[in-house]
Amino acid sequence: MAKQHLAKKNLIVIGNGMVGHKFLERMIAKGAAQNWNLIAFCEEPRVAYDRVNLSGFFDGKTEADLTLVEPGFYQNHQIQMHIGERATKIDRDRKCVSSAHGSTIPYDKLVFATGSYPFVPPIQGKDADGTFVYRTIADLEAIAAYAKHCRVGVVIGGGLLGLECANALKNLGLETHVVEFMSRLMPVQVDEAGGQLLKREIEAIGVRVHTQKSTTEIVNENGRVYKMVFADGTELHTDLIVFSAGIRPRDDLARECDLQVGERGGIVINQACQTSDPNIFAIGECALYDNQIYGLVSPGYLMAGVAADNLCSPGSSSFAGADMSTKLKLLGVDVASFGDAFAKTTGSRELVISDAIQGTYKKLVVDATATTLLGGILVGDASIYGSLMQLMQTKTTLPPHLEDLLLPPRSGGETALMRVENFPDTAQICSCNNVSKGDLCAAIRDQQLTDIASVKQCTTAGTGCGGCVPLVTDLLKAELKQAGIEVNNHLCEHFAYSRQELYHLVRSSVSSTDAAPPIQTFDYLLHRHGRGAGCEICKPAIASILASVWNDLILNPSHAGLQDTNDAFLANIQRDGTYSIVPRVPGGEITPDQLIVLGEVAKEFNLYSKITGGQRIDLFGARVDQLPQIWRRLIEAGFESGHAYGKALRTVKSCVGSTWCRFGVQDSTSLAIALELRYRGLRAPHKLKSAVSGCTRECAEAQSKDFGIIATEKGWNLYVCGNGGMKPQHAQLLAADLDTETLIRYIDRFLMFYIRTANRLERTATWFNKLEGGMDYLQRVVIHDALGICADLEAEMAHQVATYECEWKDAIDDPAKLKRFRHFVNADHPDPNVIRVEERGQLRPAYEHERQLLTIGTQP
Amino acid sequence: MQAITHQSTATDWITVCAVNDILPNTGVCAWVNHQQVAIFRVGHEATLYAIANYDPFSNAYVLSRGIVGDRGGIPKVASPIYKQTFNLATGECFDNPEISVPTFPVRVVDGQVQVGRFE
Repeated sequence: MAKQHLAKKNLIVIGNGMVGHKFLERMIAKGAAQNWNLIAFCEEPRVAYDRVNLSGFFDGKTEADLTLVEPGFYQNHQIQMHIGERATKIDRDRKCVSSAHGSTIPYDKLVFATGSYPFVPPIQGKDADGTFVYRTIADLEAIAAYAKHCRVGVVIGGGLLGLECANALKNLGLETHVVEFMSRLMPVQVDEAGGQLLKREIEAIGVRVHTQKSTTEIVNENGRVYKMVFADGTELHTDLIVFSAGIRPRDDLARECDLQVGERGGIVINQACQTSDPNIFAIGECALYDNQIYGLVSPGYLMAGVAADNLCSPGSSSFAGADMSTKLKLLGVDVASFGDAFAKTTGSRELVISDAIQGTYKKLVVDATATTLLGGILVGDASIYGSLMQLMQTKTTLPPHLEDLLLPPRSGGETALMRVENFPDTAQICSCNNVSKGDLCAAIRDQQLTDIASVKQCTTAGTGCGGCVPLVTDLLKAELKQAGIEVNNHLCEHFAYSRQELYHLVRSSVSSTDAAPPIQTFDYLLHRHGRGAGCEICKPAIASILASVWNDLILNPSHAGLQDTNDAFLANIQRDGTYSIVPRVPGGEITPDQLIVLGEVAKEFNLYSKITGGQRIDLFGARVDQLPQIWRRLIEAGFESGHAYGKALRTVKSCVGSTWCRFGVQDSTSLAIALELRYRGLRAPHKLKSAVSGCTRECAEAQSKDFGIIATEKGWNLYVCGNGGMKPQHAQLLAADLDTETLIRYIDRFLMFYIRTANRLERTATWFNKLEGGMDYLQRVVIHDALGICADLEAEMAHQVATYECEWKDAIDDPAKLKRFRHFVNADHPDPNVIRVEERGQLRPAYEHERQLLTIGTQP
Repeated sequence: MQAITHQSTATDWITVCAVNDILPNTGVCAWVNHQQVAIFRVGHEATLYAIANYDPFSNAYVLSRGIVGDRGGIPKVASPIYKQTFNLATGECFDNPEISVPTFPVRVVDGQVQVGRFE
């Protein structure tokens, strides 16, 4: 038994699921570690993870993505975490907990956060090989292992969890069926008409739905699941079955120590989340309050907060039941249900708008006088969920035309929905993390937050399910406006436009029908839309825009003066004013002959050589007058510019993939080369990096790239908006199991969309963090063409690809361009102040203190 | 071509190149009396400025390779290394008024750029 501080009391938490972990977080946030030894038992071999998004595990998410525990959180706060150790007995007389590992730890207070277990209906044959439940990562791993030899998978249960599970089976590549006993899907949340629409939408994406089916037998063949037989005599062949027919509270330990439990299970709690033993609390799905089990994470978090409050100062807060309102995206379909969704209130009335063409179903339940909103159901589009919730919770008087709430604003008008700035301060905006409007406003004002990413970070709002992010964004805008903070997005003093607006001005001039000529130069753009002479901010930004639209050579006379020195000399300036050279090595594949040429050139020009992080070779220390000579040699040997100097595509890294590797499932090198050649020279608001991994081991580190691709058995997973550098960020999955053609189409669209809309020098990760609607929105634009621009984006990229030219090949044959590649306009000798020192057999620039000993040149 | 010059007190004019050797709104570096001089052609005519090529922030001789522009109408150049900007007429650094770089007289005679010395 680990040592405990004697002055402190012991608080033991049994269970480390989402709610158990949230409870520990709340205790730490309250400074409770000063008074308590916090001890927790975690039965699973891994600490708390996001069970709500479990199906993401088969959709490219890793254990690390799903974990809810900040690395080092338990250690840093001295929480004694017993991982993989199940609590087996509670002795209330001696006030101690025993575990499966044989330890016995005394408690002063105890918290049950044991959650629930999946209910498996007593169907004949239910124990055959190939039957599973769906609750833990271990369950998922078992399903995945078995599914390798399966074609068809069935989920028994069409509720919320069942559909989430169907998503998992679909991601595994199985022909997926959902079998539901009731007449519709999600019978607890959705009514008959909504359920029918949900069924249609889900069947449209390839999941077969069977309602009103009662399974009477599971038939096996040699012990393995073979088919299901239904009460109506029909049958369904399947290789695998997952039970998702509801949950039951895990109250066995509580029963054994004679705590009061409900008739149908659940540990009875009062408003303080205390059980029948005042020293023992219960929270989450194992707890029964007012005869109800709350099988959602949000009420569980609420209980975690109440229990923490009452342990730190008894009576300080109370749980009075929770709203079972929920908003989810299941199999890509929005579903939301809130308040009195089934119009059970006496005299209540309903308004339904069902649109079979758009695939949306919206229902409002209002009181008898149609003045307050009581509840509702949204299927297919739940974007107004947050606003409707506020109307309901604040009992706001409804507008005269209720349908205005459900439909887009009439032309030119304002939407009838309540604006977030009119919500009361007490309005709860983020229900996952219980953040009120008042909390948000205070944080925005006091910490002077001006962007959504910092608001999320400082307040935790929007970091749970993300459903409230549109509201938080509106609130931020309203607060900034009220504070008179004009968020000026002007590029610089010369242009009263944002980069996005300037891009649009240039782009729309391409096909403009008015008399004005297209905008092809900086000078003309400045004349039309700017003032002054320009500067080091707007010139490179506009050079980049012009390159993204027209793809002229960047050293053409009208563009040359706009370029940063790296672009101006097609090389990377170093601290002593000399340059480094990075030839393109597509996919990192290089022949011995090419290596020899690089070695010979480096030797001849005495260049310092280093392997880059992007699988290329960087040659340092070339003087400006040497650059054309070096490139002449490189181009003769078949090299071309690597654009390491540009805000452009840099490299597409790769592993060797299936060509050599025994684990590779696709030819990652060939794809990387194809992608690098396709997007080479593409100019963007900032540099672009990419990588392709040949299997899930991810040796090419694709998830740290602006766009990264990971091979799967069935194709390619596309991740976007990752970043290494100062603020590392994992790329997020945009689409899974793509064929190569679709993959390239999505990358084309994604890159051009980024180029169109990002700010100057904004990497994809930062751009993404500011993107309202996040990945959901990006997927709608790139995959579903919600903005109707995909054809344009593809055409723009096709133009880029077709007009690519190696800038160095062009420059070495153009005497006018070569004129700039000399240090002195009036002398042939090089810069006398470049001084080198040898280190480890190569030359590097002298440091200042070395220079003083070595100086032969002149100082001003 | 109208020549704007800063020559009131200069002597010892040295011809370094033709005006047309300098692309509009760019700079070149000239070797003048064993010094490195950055010469900038601002606009499309023959408005010229000359300052030292030495960037005091990076200790490298690079200012001629900076981007030319203006700040509130005052012509300036940005160092290509760390992007500090310098007033082309006075050599003063906009980002740190305590630092400035030397300026040189410059003029155009018969389409040729000449750099002088302040005596």
